[in-house]
Amino acid sequence: MPEQLAFTIEVFLNGLMAGVLYALVALGFVLIYKASGIFNFAQGVMALFAAMTLYGIMNGQVPFAHLINAIFGTDIHYFGWSIPAFLSIILTIGVMILLAWMVQRYIFRYLVGQEPIILFMATIGLAYFLEGVGDLMWGSDIKTLDVGLPQGINVAIDEATFGWFGYGFFIDNLDIVASVVAALLVIGLVMFAQYTKQGRAMRAVADDHQAALSVGVSLNFIWILVWSLAGFVALVAGIMWGAKSGVQFSLSLIALKALPVLMLGGFTSIPGAIVGGLIIGVGEKLFEFLIGAPYLGGATENWFAYMLALVFLVFRPQGLFGEKIIERV
Amino acid sequence: MLDQSQGYTTEDGRKIGGVVMEMRNITLRFGGVEAIKDISFDIREGEIRAIIGPNGAGKSSMLNVISGFYIPQEGEVLYKGSPRPPMKPYQVAQQGIARTFQNIALFEGMSVLDNVMTGRLTHMKTGLWQQALWKGAAETEETANREVAEKIIDFLEIQAIRKTPVARLPYGLKKRVELARALAAEPSLLLLDEPMAGMNVEEKEDMSRFILDVNDEFGTTIALIEHDMGVVMDLSDRVVVMDYGKKIGDGTPAEVRGNQAVIDAYLGVAHD
Repeated sequence: MPEQLAFTIEVFLNGLMAGVLYALVALGFVLIYKASGIFNFAQGVMALFAAMTLYGIMNGQVPFAHLINAIFGTDIHYFGWSIPAFLSIILTIGVMILLAWMVQRYIFRYLVGQEPIILFMATIGLAYFLEGVGDLMWGSDIKTLDVGLPQGINVAIDEATFGWFGYGFFIDNLDIVASVVAALLVIGLVMFAQYTKQGRAMRAVADDHQAALSVGVSLNFIWILVWSLAGFVALVAGIMWGAKSGVQFSLSLIALKALPVLMLGGFTSIPGAIVGGLIIGVGEKLFEFLIGAPYLGGATENWFAYMLALVFLVFRPQGLFGEKIIERV
Repeated sequence: MLDQSQGYTTEDGRKIGGVVMEMRNITLRFGGVEAIKDISFDIREGEIRAIIGPNGAGKSSMLNVISGFYIPQEGEVLYKGSPRPPMKPYQVAQQGIARTFQNIALFEGMSVLDNVMTGRLTHMKTGLWQQALWKGAAETEETANREVAEKIIDFLEIQAIRKTPVARLPYGLKKRVELARALAAEPSLLLLDEPMAGMNVEEKEDMSRFILDVNDEFGTTIALIEHDMGVVMDLSDRVVVMDYGKKIGDGTPAEVRGNQAVIDAYLGVAHD
């Protein structure tokens, strides 16, 4: 097999796995948008906040340490213990559920029935607020999140492909783990939505608020539930991205990468978010490799996704899987 | 006159029981507009009760008060003998009051079966964690509820479209699916908001038959709003007539038909 082809396959596989991470972020958007019509600009910051919280809990950081030190003139930073990763994740999930409850209780409860643009503005406010609170609570320094996920080249794949093609594929263990986790997460979410009472209620609310009320579904409860689920998805995305490139402010910007994914997949489709993420991941890697680097001077990965989204906006605005919008006159 | 504590026997010999729902001096305002003015009436167990009146009479507002979508400014709602505090529509539904909507509010993206199953939500008692883990109790509960849903689907003769997404169905069938979903809740009181609006004669006959069958078979108490006078008179045991937010008549179809105020409201009268 020619080396060029083997190399292309490797780029393709790496693209798929980068796409999984995009899809994870996009998934959080879809959950909230479907159930409440809110486009949650804060999803990326939620991922950052979740990762920071997880790091803080694991390493026994004192929340609001800087604030406490500044007011009381003390000098405390750490409790001096560390908590195992698994337990920390459970505790962080608890924090995200609490956050979901507060978001619903103190923001969106007062905005029921408002224009989408107003709800959107509220989430922008939430994004900045949460970013500030995150920094205040856990400090703004760059942290390395290590929950014990395997990292680095997968030697088995490298050796096997070298044996077959005479060329060893470089596949990162973390990407493999991320793909498996994302797949399990999606299967879990779909099963939850299809087969459980709360899932059915969730779909009911996503479809028609009034009808959902009439069959005894509390909108408030469902909204807290979807914000919690979105918080959980944000945590998973935060763990993966945080392990990959450190917990820092730029983590919240992955939300922007999720936008073209949503344009492709449609804002209302969970499978769409996955497929959209994969297409963007593979597309930008292959484009860079085949066209960008040789002919366009490289660095096409920064804009390729948005370009693709633009093409979709022109020809298929509802995305690949979104509900077609037909206005009857 | 009716005996307040007991009940009565209808013309066709059905026994009607005690009061399920009582509205006492209900007044509902939207800003300066009084949609309902000081109206009282009751709904008894096992009967088909109609609320009729010309457009804008306040019929739908009344139904929305009963189902909790509107909270009246004055008056008292008594459900099964005790006063009902102001509550959210979903809490009313949990108390056993199911409804349909004038403009059909179905879950368009779901199949007919799924829609009917949402009607069973109030009967599912297992909690979030049990459901998420799909433990034994959650599974048996799902099976039991599925049986009830299938029974109702059979009863309303919509087996053939069980798996069809609701969005693809014609109007008349959608109305029937909505009735099925409301029935699936096994309600103590079933509210139907213009169940025959927009239907042709044949569909109206079908729907009338289903309403009568439901009442007969399950003993369901039904309160309905309807425009079509002929249909109402055939179906209902007792009728409340509203006009401009006020109650102008209350009684059996025969009594109401002979009521001068009702005739005036429907046929128009010269005001001086």
